[in-house]
Amino acid sequence: MPSRRANRTLGWMGIKRGHQARPVEWLAEKFILLVSLSAIVMVFLIFLFVAREALPVALGRMSSAKTIRIIPPEEIGKLSDAQLMEYLDLKPAEFRRMSKESLKDLMAVKVEAAAEAPNDKDAGLNTATWSAMLKPHQWTGYDTPSYIWQPVSPVSKYNLIPLFIGSLKATLVALLFGVPLALGAAIYVSQLANPKTKEWLKPAIELLAGIPSVVLGFFGLIVMASVFQGVFGYETRLNAFVAGIALGLAVIPVVFSIAEDALTSVPRTYTQAALALGASKWNAAWKIVLPAAIPGVFAAVVLGFGRAIGETMVVLMASGNASVVSWNLFDSTRTMTATIAAELAETVFGGPHYRILFLIGALLFVVTFLSNLLADVVIHRLKNRLEGKLA
Amino acid sequence: MTDQAAPPPKPGFDTGLARRRRWKLLLAKQETIPWRFESTSARVDSKFFTGLTGFATGLILVILAVILGNILVNGWAGISLRFLTSGTEKDMFDVDKAGILPMIFGTAARVILMTIFVIPVGVITAVYLTEYAHSTSIFTRVIRGAVNNLAGVPSIVFGLFGLGFFINFVGQNMDKFLRPGAAEPLWGQPAILWASMTLAVMTLPVVIVATEEALKAIPQGLREGSLALGATKLETIIKIVVPQALPGILTGGILAVSRAAGEVAPILFTGAAYFMATLPKSLTDQFMDLGYHVFILSTQSPNVEKTRPILFATVLALILLTLTLNIVAILVRAQMRRKMRALH
Repeated sequence: MPSRRANRTLGWMGIKRGHQARPVEWLAEKFILLVSLSAIVMVFLIFLFVAREALPVALGRMSSAKTIRIIPPEEIGKLSDAQLMEYLDLKPAEFRRMSKESLKDLMAVKVEAAAEAPNDKDAGLNTATWSAMLKPHQWTGYDTPSYIWQPVSPVSKYNLIPLFIGSLKATLVALLFGVPLALGAAIYVSQLANPKTKEWLKPAIELLAGIPSVVLGFFGLIVMASVFQGVFGYETRLNAFVAGIALGLAVIPVVFSIAEDALTSVPRTYTQAALALGASKWNAAWKIVLPAAIPGVFAAVVLGFGRAIGETMVVLMASGNASVVSWNLFDSTRTMTATIAAELAETVFGGPHYRILFLIGALLFVVTFLSNLLADVVIHRLKNRLEGKLA
Repeated sequence: MTDQAAPPPKPGFDTGLARRRRWKLLLAKQETIPWRFESTSARVDSKFFTGLTGFATGLILVILAVILGNILVNGWAGISLRFLTSGTEKDMFDVDKAGILPMIFGTAARVILMTIFVIPVGVITAVYLTEYAHSTSIFTRVIRGAVNNLAGVPSIVFGLFGLGFFINFVGQNMDKFLRPGAAEPLWGQPAILWASMTLAVMTLPVVIVATEEALKAIPQGLREGSLALGATKLETIIKIVVPQALPGILTGGILAVSRAAGEVAPILFTGAAYFMATLPKSLTDQFMDLGYHVFILSTQSPNVEKTRPILFATVLALILLTLTLNIVAILVRAQMRRKMRALH
């Protein structure tokens, strides 16, 4: 079968009829080629423009330190226009509109603000550096060096570790809950169910993918959270556990369809041979089909991981959103995605907080890009191998 | 030669029932088939694990039914003509007055706009992949990899992309060149246009994959017949191949719409508004959105118990929209497969 298909494809692909005589044909082909590049261009642009906004922070050129130096209003004559503009954070148009008096007033305001700013040793600290974002810091008023995400406070604290832990916790619960169910269902639907049942079972499970994530988040927040609290009796109503289970519902259709696809792509002859040798349907599925399709199953889990770590609305609504460093699943938790969604609207455009949120987005992109790439390569190899064996 | 002919089978011996009984006897005696690698305990295992995987399947369906049932039961009472046709001018959280017309309008508008952007690009890419590209070339492989990758980018990253690219780059530059000297930005701010474009990028893989499937299912004979009659390759594609694939393109479009209609994260920063007094009138207006409204009602409500009816009703409206579209897509696809099977 496949060899026949390959021949036919070649015949169609090889056709060059009318290319010399009809420039329109040639142009159209080039145009189609150009448009088809859009997917590549888009992936590239996504990374480029998310990373572009994050670049100053990633390169360590951004400073969150609020008090750089204070200039008394009387010394206004000593500064050049450009220096003054930078000092007062003014745009050229605004600067030109202002009289010298109002500029002096602005400088006075700046001095007052500096007097009110926290004057402990943390105040002048630049918290938008890699070391402040990843390593614990001994904050004034804390007993031990700690990881803190607290962007809206007198001294902004941008440590990403609590968010990483939050994302990992929710993802872990989602995978522990979703993957066994999805894989079980994939084995059942592709190998064990009779064809008639299979025909409606598959779309029924894939219907789960049609439920928007905001609805899953709503369900976790309004319904599941209360029910689970009643059953398990933990303290915080919204936590990584509830969010993880709701997230698992988003992961199930992804893992199910990829795994089911991989299992179905194992040639029927494998199963038939096993059955002819006297194996039961389960034995054939477990000992023959599953091992043959195991790379596809692995890819399904990897894609499920990518989906879980990138999902936003579910965790934003059901996880409680407190950024605490704790591995307890029943503590409120804040993930990377939810942090972006909740905080970006309130940041100063181009400020350190804004850029760090884009940096988190770029990190998410890189993580999902790598897991997608891995899954893509694995599935491609698997398909090649299965088809190669058949020939 | 001692080869003796076996006695002819008694008439009726090998009929269905008797043969089946004989096989049952044979299978019961394990030692008569030594290569059989299943022991009695394995057979128990087999039943057990079939049951277990069946249970997993059942559990997923039960969860699905519970979610849908819960929303249907709790939301049904809140759906009324007034609810569907009034806005939120008075108070968003007022159970007796608030409606969802502006949200339905906003969601529909952004989804329709998105379709206009995504369908041509998606279909042309799919045409390239199935009709022009050499299926084994590295280049095709990279395009396919990019499509798969695009499908896995987190939705919130699309939101950041929309803000960073469409609004901060494209929009601001349009302001700079089209309306120099204007004080207020027109293009360089969140708008329904940018939200739709962001969603179009997000749903591109859905359209490509569905169209490709449809194109692959078209019998090669149709193309060859067209060529034999003297049509060029382009003519064949435009007049024979693509029209044949229309149901598949339709499926892709519907799935893309269903996916996009429920997405909230990509439009958070690119156009969705908490409240708008009027419906959006131009491409540069912001809009209210059904999914975003669900988020607002469930997290910002001053009294969750009191606003429960409108919350559930809004969720029901959203889910009816996305699931109906999904089911329609499944039916169209099933119909298409049946037709294609008949063609082959």
